[in-house]
Amino acid sequence: MSEIRNVIIIGSGPAGYTAAIYAARAQLNPLVFEGSVTAGGALMNTTEVENFPGFTDGIMGPELMEHMRGQAVRFGAEIVTDDVTSVELNGPVKTVVDGSGTAHQAHAVILATGSAYRELGLPSEKRLSGHGVSWCATCDGFFFRGQDIAVVGGGDSAIEEATFLTRFANSVTLVHRRDALRASKIMQERAFANEKLQFAWNSEVVDVLGEDKVSGLVLRDTVTGETRDLAVTGLFVAIGHDPRSELVKGQIDLDDEGYVLVQGRSTATNVEGVFACGDLVDHTYRQAITAAGSGCAAALDAERFLAAAE
Amino acid sequence: MGATKIVTDASWADDVLMSDKPVIVDFWAEWCGPCKMVAPILEQVAAEHDSVVVAKLNVDENPQTAASYGITSIPTMNVYQGGQVVKTIIGAKPKAALLADLAPYL
Repeated sequence: MSEIRNVIIIGSGPAGYTAAIYAARAQLNPLVFEGSVTAGGALMNTTEVENFPGFTDGIMGPELMEHMRGQAVRFGAEIVTDDVTSVELNGPVKTVVDGSGTAHQAHAVILATGSAYRELGLPSEKRLSGHGVSWCATCDGFFFRGQDIAVVGGGDSAIEEATFLTRFANSVTLVHRRDALRASKIMQERAFANEKLQFAWNSEVVDVLGEDKVSGLVLRDTVTGETRDLAVTGLFVAIGHDPRSELVKGQIDLDDEGYVLVQGRSTATNVEGVFACGDLVDHTYRQAITAAGSGCAAALDAERFLAAAE
Repeated sequence: MGATKIVTDASWADDVLMSDKPVIVDFWAEWCGPCKMVAPILEQVAAEHDSVVVAKLNVDENPQTAASYGITSIPTMNVYQGGQVVKTIIGAKPKAALLADLAPYL
């Protein structure tokens, strides 16, 4: 077993990297597990980020994350491209086990594991995943050149994906269970002005059709209950995210939806010395900038906790 | 022990279909974030295992092969043995999970 660290940060993304920047500048020598295939977080699968302050002309999501990571490294954060497979968070010394089975110890832990794509929960969706069903428009849009495809969802990420996919597809149908979008006004206006984008309002996907690859969807009208088929060769699922809290379930208090509960305006969990930030705790805002802000708060909370414990 | 081998539409038959060893082919592209995450893991698999060839096919530059195998999501990793697809892995996975999937061919 190696020495006991001040703080271990689990997860990356805007929350984890910002916590790393602040913890490193506070001379806490943080150890960061950024994830083996999820490093950089959700923004790694996006294109242009237009609403992160400080970038007049926008910035590509992966580039923004590369900058945050580099900034953390510059101040001495030790970043490991691996997952955490188990944790022991109770008591004054916390233990974190990485993907290679090595145990690491620290006085404080910051949880920033973010969220994972939500699935529709249909057996046909799982079966056809990678065969026309996708969660990553930037990865897979290319394969649907000249085809008719659908995006399910109604928030900013659904509109962003649908708009991006019109670069490749012949048509994109946005399937949404309500009769209005949740997305921001600027995204909506852009979507309504896009001639390749069509809308299936008050509709939910009840089945994905196709043997080896997607050939269509069965949609149910949420008002009348009627069903109809929509002929598409691709389905992109953008119906939101669920917090990735499995790692700490049973050790840290979670709410009914699996979000980590924090005390008041702080990032403190119910376990002393354990702090949580980013999408893992955030029901409401879930933006890159709010995640970064809460990552900063978590590092400051951890710093104060460590100073008081000395 | 080796590095990953770059294969193309043109070299496909020789490098993959006629190979004596099983070939793990990583279908990838420059714009795909998860592909960049899985690439170094496959480099390690190539360096650590002699029993297989680990190859990369850029789908942007080699659309024919990708289309003929019905690739619509990347990264996809197909294992070819005797010219046939014997295993398909879709999406980036941690090394341990990838090794478990590939175990019969390593």
